[in-house]
Amino acid sequence: MVTAGIDFGARAVKAIVMEKGRILGRGIALTGGDVSGAGEEAFAQALREARVPREEVERILVTGSGRMHMEGLGGSVTEITADAKGAHFLVPSARTVIDVGAEEARAIKLDPTGRVVDFVTNDKCAAGVGAFVEAMARALEVDLEEMGPLSLASSATVTMNAQCVVFAESEVVSMVHARTPKPDMAKAIHDAIADRIAAMARQVGIEDRVVLIGGLGKNIGFLSSLSRSIGMEVTVPDGPEFVGAVGAALLAGERPQGA
Amino acid sequence: MAEFWKWRESRWVSQEVHWKDARVISAGVDVGSVSTQAVILIDGLLYSYSNIRTGSSSPESATKAMNLALEGTGLSLEKIHYTVGTGYGRVNVPFAQRTITEIACHAKGANFMYGPTVRTVLDMGGQDCKVIRCDENGKVLSFLMNDKCAAGTGRGLEVFADLVGVNIEEMGELSLRVEEEPPPVSSTCVVFAKSEASSLLRRGWPKERVLAAYCAAMAKRVVVLLERLGVEEDFAITGGIAKNAGIVRRIENHLGVKALEPKMDTQIAGALGAALFAASLAQREGK
Repeated sequence: MVTAGIDFGARAVKAIVMEKGRILGRGIALTGGDVSGAGEEAFAQALREARVPREEVERILVTGSGRMHMEGLGGSVTEITADAKGAHFLVPSARTVIDVGAEEARAIKLDPTGRVVDFVTNDKCAAGVGAFVEAMARALEVDLEEMGPLSLASSATVTMNAQCVVFAESEVVSMVHARTPKPDMAKAIHDAIADRIAAMARQVGIEDRVVLIGGLGKNIGFLSSLSRSIGMEVTVPDGPEFVGAVGAALLAGERPQGA
Repeated sequence: MAEFWKWRESRWVSQEVHWKDARVISAGVDVGSVSTQAVILIDGLLYSYSNIRTGSSSPESATKAMNLALEGTGLSLEKIHYTVGTGYGRVNVPFAQRTITEIACHAKGANFMYGPTVRTVLDMGGQDCKVIRCDENGKVLSFLMNDKCAAGTGRGLEVFADLVGVNIEEMGELSLRVEEEPPPVSSTCVVFAKSEASSLLRRGWPKERVLAAYCAAMAKRVVVLLERLGVEEDFAITGGIAKNAGIVRRIENHLGVKALEPKMDTQIAGALGAALFAASLAQREGK
């Protein structure tokens, strides 16, 4: 049976087409102002990559913060359920799943069978989500993709005082004026958000193995800061931003449509 | 590009008070993260003040504000007996004899500004927000402060002025021109509120409705702080946001309490309190 999972995030929509536990195709599109358009685009891309016509997809499940607008596509599952399913599938030994998206972050504790034991979410403050790094990259005038490699080039420890994104922007501008080297600032930025994410994850208790998913999983600078902050190795699966969609596609194969 | 966030700098000099026969000339300078004020008192009466945007250097901003308060008065810095610095940059007032925390200065300033019946002061500043309970002498009894987060601060309001494209001084009035209150945007985070507001604007919401949703969020945020400390009347608001009727009315509605009407520029409360402390210090130290 061919199934699909579509994850409507704040910044991007991710789609996965699967068959018998195998990922056939992936698609991604920026959300912008048109959520459903982005959903169609991501899904079409995944279908193209999978070389599967849309009619052959038997079941679709949607997830993500924008899922309520898109339930016409299929049933829906919460991000927690989808993340847990996807992370356990990709990294079976996962016990702590940390998902850092553009506007939401969460930590989920799993038992050895992949069941959710506990979770915590932050959707109240942008200082603890991917939007923080985006805003800081803009203030530094560095491409978002460059932030990670840039911060790995630093061995200094610069501390940021501001927590709030709005205040941190001013602090970064002052640091630029004070000619603080950009790699040191990039590292300070990743250290700051990593400490906040680690503090959030400690609320559920961090157990080995720790898996990082979501868009920030692609940032090697953040990965390094996070593993330093929690004092454990952190695993990032291939395509960390697709994990929620993978979980939804897997669950679509287990549940009758609409349930 | 238009700069919607830019509020007007100002100065004022009394026509009734004169400095030539003064016994005590005192000054207060409040160097905030966003704005800087200087206040000059003649024998405890308000003589002049200035209110400017803080530049990149605190000492320069303090000097600039002071010079603006002195301008055209014939009075010079040397004639001032005592100066107290306050605010976030208070250690950077080169000509101050002492520094006093902004909490103490705001309570003292609000007591002068609104009279001795004030018991609760809400100061909504550029980068922080504080609730102060005080006695009839303007002495601080207790306070609460948010300086970690831009939600509920002037900086947050500036971000919104630019987003919506409405001058910061007109936002409040405009936000009251809605027939029905829309649900507030995020009250916990300026960044999230901004992203919600962008999508509302894209959906074709008129500016006043988006502003209403934002002013409501600002009010909700500070009401949480106010209710944690408890509001005893009379209630007064100081700082730049006291000039925003859209936020003030919504705070009043939440609390079911009216704020006292300001009689002067609400941004000078801190510097005014500092100048009042400076006047007593000048007398005590016999200057």
